Formats: sequence, structure tokens, C-alpha cells
Amino acid sequence: MPIEILMPALSPTMEEGNLSKWLKNEGDKVVAGDVIAEIETDKATMEVEAVDEGTLAKIVVPAGTEGVKVNAVIAVLAVEGEDTDKAGEAIGEEPAKAETAAPAPAAAKSEAAAPVAAAPKSEIAADPDVPAGTEMVSTTVREALRDAMAEEMRRDGDVFVMGEEVAEYQGAYKITQGLLQEFGPRRVVDTPITEHGFAGVGVGAAMAGLKPIVEFMTFNFAMQAIDQIINSAAKTLYMSGGQMGAPIVFRGPNGAAARVAAQHSQCYAAWYSHIPGLKVVMPYTAADAKGLLKAAIRDPNPVIFLENEILYGQSFDVPKLDDFVLPIGKARIHKHGKDVTIVSFGIGMTYAVKAETELRGMGIDAEIIDLRTIRPLDFDTIIASVKKTNRLVVVEEGFPQSSVGDHIASQVSQRAFDFLDAPVITIAGKDVPMPYAANLEKLALPNVGEVIEAVKAVTYR
Amino acid sequence: MATAARKAPAKSKSEGKSGLSAPKPAEFTKDEELAAYRHMLLIRRFEEKAGQLYGMGFIGGFCHLYIGQEAVVTGMKMALIDGDQMITAYRDHGHMLAMELSPRGVMAELTGRRGGLSRGKGGSMHMFSKEKHFYGGHGIVGAQVSLGTGLAFANRYRDNNNVSLTYFGDGAANQGQVYESFNMASLWKLPVIYIIENNRYAMGTSVSRSSAETNFSHRGASFKIPGIQVDGMDVRAVKSAGDQATEWCRGGNGPIILEMQTYRYRGHSMSDPAKYRSKEEVQKMRSEHDPIEQVKARLTEKKWATEDELKAIDKEVRDIVADAAEFAQNDAEPDPSELWTDIVL
Repeated sequence: MPIEILMPALSPTMEEGNLSKWLKNEGDKVVAGDVIAEIETDKATMEVEAVDEGTLAKIVVPAGTEGVKVNAVIAVLAVEGEDTDKAGEAIGEEPAKAETAAPAPAAAKSEAAAPVAAAPKSEIAADPDVPAGTEMVSTTVREALRDAMAEEMRRDGDVFVMGEEVAEYQGAYKITQGLLQEFGPRRVVDTPITEHGFAGVGVGAAMAGLKPIVEFMTFNFAMQAIDQIINSAAKTLYMSGGQMGAPIVFRGPNGAAARVAAQHSQCYAAWYSHIPGLKVVMPYTAADAKGLLKAAIRDPNPVIFLENEILYGQSFDVPKLDDFVLPIGKARIHKHGKDVTIVSFGIGMTYAVKAETELRGMGIDAEIIDLRTIRPLDFDTIIASVKKTNRLVVVEEGFPQSSVGDHIASQVSQRAFDFLDAPVITIAGKDVPMPYAANLEKLALPNVGEVIEAVKAVTYR
Repeated sequence: MATAARKAPAKSKSEGKSGLSAPKPAEFTKDEELAAYRHMLLIRRFEEKAGQLYGMGFIGGFCHLYIGQEAVVTGMKMALIDGDQMITAYRDHGHMLAMELSPRGVMAELTGRRGGLSRGKGGSMHMFSKEKHFYGGHGIVGAQVSLGTGLAFANRYRDNNNVSLTYFGDGAANQGQVYESFNMASLWKLPVIYIIENNRYAMGTSVSRSSAETNFSHRGASFKIPGIQVDGMDVRAVKSAGDQATEWCRGGNGPIILEMQTYRYRGHSMSDPAKYRSKEEVQKMRSEHDPIEQVKARLTEKKWATEDELKAIDKEVRDIVADAAEFAQNDAEPDPSELWTDIVL
């Protein structure tokens, strides 16, 4: 069979071009890689190379022709043993075969025929039962995080922790205290100050099957590494068609600390929650910190685990169990109530909890939901609560635009509009970089008064 | 020959310290010459076909061809043992074929079909195979260098004697995370070979316009990483440098840099008219330094293969590529339900 040489496209958007020059004549022998012609568009001139070996039997589109459609036959190549005249005739009689061959399957058709299917819903198990009589131990968030890592490192030799000052210094915030002593420098790895690099090293190790815990001294510095987190860690499973993923935990303090100003004070919950392929966890209590960090380390996906410096020293009851693991993706009803739903997470919960006490004094029975996981977000628990209370306030410390609260408000208005008796109110940090001055810093963050005012507004008090 | 026209590699401080310098090109046996010829030809023909399918609209988006650089992956692959990993950036088709990923799977991924290696969800720049120890296929320039260092970290953690082959270009060599990775790899003595494929142009910017130090084998000097300049157009030179580098890494000496001096015949991507270099320059490389022609000449000269035998290999390779192209054009697109799979496990 003679081979048709087609007008090539220089880019997926090119539809036609000019055939400016032939560099081979009819009857010339060509081998693969030989430049046979030049084509041009308004943007560029390109050489057309032969892909096959043979004799140029016929030039169908002469040099100087303008507006040659992509995929039109421009020449015919006779392969070895073929009669060049016949090969030329076989196809050469229809020089105007200009219609595009439409090689790609008709995308437009399939778009019309098949509306985009909804994302399948996956069931997430409830929290495990804590047996009656289980001893509760008052534990700081700091100790709970350390215990979670130590337990998982004892359980699985592939788990290791790396980051700045995690080993000999015992952790910049003492979260990795004692780990070097127990597990040694092979598994507790001090890194240079090189977030972009060590985040990538962690992801590479995870792709090779290890289970790294990468500590960022704070998540502010993870912005140096955000390309590796998003482009490498979060997307590889999808881009590989499920062959290869990154079982890795990125953890560290997130959000405003105290008086450290703009570059060290911001909440990344909304940022990371934007990314398919990531899980985002942001615990408030020590029990959740422990149970969810253990779950994050076991999770085969990249997990962003957002802690908070101010919460590190706070104590909560943690059940004394051999293996206390909580489900990622399940909110926890912190306090049951009937008049209004307050949704929060992480340090935002401190405002919600304090407001609830005062609201009780005013005769308002608020339900508090601690999201614990920001992605996947447990809308079922939120919607069920809103259907009961008909009112919703969301509290977080992050910036207001495109916040977690905005997303919840949007979803609730779409899924439970008829159940709402008042507009959803979202409380967030102010839309300003974090100031240094004590009074301004206080103004930039949410406060208990704002939560109370919001609840009063949605309950029409 | 290729090396004669180039500046001989200067002896760097790091080379002095490690005592490393470019080894002599390996003497290939007949079987090695034939294997190198066949492997390089497969990449060449595959890429030409990919270029053609791109021109016909079967392949979308970006498509970066490896034509001209075939000796680099082919020679390095000959130096590997089972379990050694490979990772590279977006000019990755040749690396995948060298690591024996299926030509059908690669081509069908280029056309975005369900039989593609990533089930049509990765495309030209994103393909992987855990089974064949190929870790991508990465679209972000330089990101694969940290990842490849992480693969080496895993080897060291497991003490498994494997080496990570981390490829990047002269362009990526100016990214910050490359040096962050160099530092950690040297500090922790990680078994990683940094293979800098210096094809002289970072997209359209020549190395002399983008790099203060154009001898890329010196780029590890601040990190005590030795480096060697290699004639990347001569598969035998690549193989012997690969042997030396893998031995260095397996010996617990830490990372090493191989600067492969190579050349891409085509533009940066399919839509690059390559106005930044002369036709004469390209033509000179093709006619005087072509990696495949070099092997072919030796095979003929030593009478290790007749014209007919070489033609038979050509035909065999052509058939593999034709079959891959046929499959890639006719395989179905991914099922719409694939939109939602493989996001999280």
C-alpha cells in the first residue's frame, strides 16, 4: 500500500496552514527523518519529516499552496517494491481531499450524550466504641501527637519522621520528644532547612513504598514545598491510573500563633482542602489528635495534618487503649443541642465552646460540630444537624474569602435550603494580613462575642 | 567523532577529590551493539510515529520528543541491575521504552485511551510503572530531582543495594530544589545518579544564556558530589560512565553527577519551530554524531551484521511501532466513570 503523507498540525489548535516549500521532488528516495517539506502558519514555520522509507511518488499539494487543511493528503510515498506511478495514481486523483479526518473520537458528541456523572459517595465508618470503664488520661495535644507517632513507628518499620529539628533538638515545639532516643537517627531524620527539597524527598520515599511523616516547623514554611505537596503527592495516584501513590503525612503547626505577625500566621485549611487527592485533618482535642494522626499515618493517601501551637499545651481526656484510631472524614458532635448549629474545627473550636457556655446562660441550646477533617468533609453530619436546628454558624480563623465556611454555606444552601430559617453566617479571620501589634492582632482574629452575635442573629434574638 | 568536536572535560576539584574522570567508552560485544542498535531504533521510530500522530491530531497537549538523545537512556539502562529505579521529567517516552514499558501502553497513553499506561489520565508527561521501577514522567521542571533523591532515600533506608537514576535537563539544573536535593543526597550518602541531559537548550534558551557555569558536571562541587562529562551521543561512553556511576553508588559513596552531552533534533515540543538555532547546527549533529548511525557503522565495519540483518531489525522495530500506533488509534477512550477513580485510595 502506498503511504499518504498528511498535512500535519503544529499544535492542537491549528486548522490549516501554508505549504511553503517542497525539499524533495517526485521520484526522490526518502528515509525516516528526512525533511521533505516546509509548512507555515501565521505563528511559525516547521519542517515536515518523513516517518517512513520509500520513494516520493506524487506531490499532491504543490509548493506555495495556502490554507491547506490539517490532515489533507499532501503527498504519496511508494514503499519498497511498489510502482511509483501507480502509487501516485492510486490516491493522487483527489487533490482536494481537504476535509479533516477527525481522528480523535468525537468529544463533542460524548459530552452531549453523557452528562458528567456525580462523584461516587464513599461510606466512612463511625468512631470506634470506647468500652465502658476505659480509663481516661488527661493528656496534652503535644503528648497525644507524640504518642501517636511513637505507636505507629513501633507498629510499622516503614514509618519514619523527618523535618527540621525533629531529632536531636527533640522538635522545635517538642512534638517529637523522645523519638530519636527510641527509634534512632535512621528513622528520626533531622533535615537541613530545605522545605522544598525534603518535601520532595519524602514524596519520593513514599512513592517507593515508605510511609514518611514530614514535619514542617510551621505550615507557613510549607509554602516553599507546596508544589511537591500538590503536584507530586496529591496528583500521582490519578496521573498513574492508580498504579502509584504517596502514603505520606505532612504535619506541623498551622494558623496564627501569638504575636508572630503576617508571614507566620495563617490558616491553610481552605488552601489544601481545595485539592483533590489530598486529605486534610485539623483536630481540636488531644484524643482526636491522637486517633486521627494514627489514622493519617496508616492512610495510603497524602494527608495534610494541621496542628496549632496554642493548642499544643492544652489538656484533654484521651482513652487509654492499645490502639485508638479514629476515622478520617467523620465530624464529631462536640455537644448536642437543638436551637442552632455551630460548625468549627481546630482552634476555631475554642471560640465555639466558650460561646456555647454563654449562650446556654441566655437560654440558647447550641449544637457544636467539630469537623476534625476538612477533606473529605462530613456534610451528612452538618446537614442532619441543620435539619434539626434550622440555623447555622461556621467559625474558623482563616481568611474569609473562599473559606471553609463559605463552602459549607454554599453546600447547605443547595442541600438543605428549605430547612434554613436564617441565612448561614460565616465567621472567619479578618481580610487582612496578620498585624503584629497586640491590639490589632486581637482585632484580626475572630472572637467569642462575634460568635454570640451571629447566633443571636440567626435565632432572631 | 562526537567527542573530538567538543571540549575535553576539564578536571574539576570534585573530580580531583574523588579521583573520578570520564572512563573510556566501553568495548561492546556484538550482542551489546545489536541490542543498543535495536533499543535506540525503537525509541527513534516510536518518537517519529508519535510526532506523526501528533500532527494528525491523535495526540493532544504537549508532546516532547526524545529524538537524538537515544544513547543516554539506552546506555544507562545497560548498566542497571534489577530494582534500580528511574525517574525523569516530561521528555520521557524514551526512558519508558528503555525501562521496557509496553510500546502499546505508552502510545495509547499519548492518545488518551483506556489502554494507556495511566488509563488515559496521565498523558505524555505522566506515566509510571511500579513493576518496572519507572517513577515518572513529571511535568514540573526539577520536581523529579527531589523525588528521585527520595527514591534513593528509600534504597538507603532499606539497605537494598539499588540505585536511583534521576534524570533532568540543563534547564532544570538551575532550579533551587536541585541543590537542596544535592545537599541532602551528599549529606546522607544516598545512592542516586544525577543524570543531566545537556541537550544545549532549555526550551529556546541556550545553556550559555541561562547558566553561569555551563560545565554541568561541576554543579555538585559545593556539595562534594563528583561529576563526569560524558559523550551522550555515544552509547558505549554512556554505558561505561553508567557502570562507573552505579559502582560508585553501590559502594556507599553517595551521589554522583553524569553530564550527558547530547542533542535533540526536534523542537522543545511539537509546537516549537526551533528558531533559536541554525539548521546547519542540527544537520551537523545528525550527520556526524547520530547515536544510531554510530552503532550501525560499527556493526557494518566489523561485519557483525549484514545489510539484510539490519533491515530485519528495522522491520521488526517498525512493526512494533506500527502495532502500538494501530492500537493507540483504535483503543476506546476511558469510560466516563474513570473521571472519579484513582483520586484517593
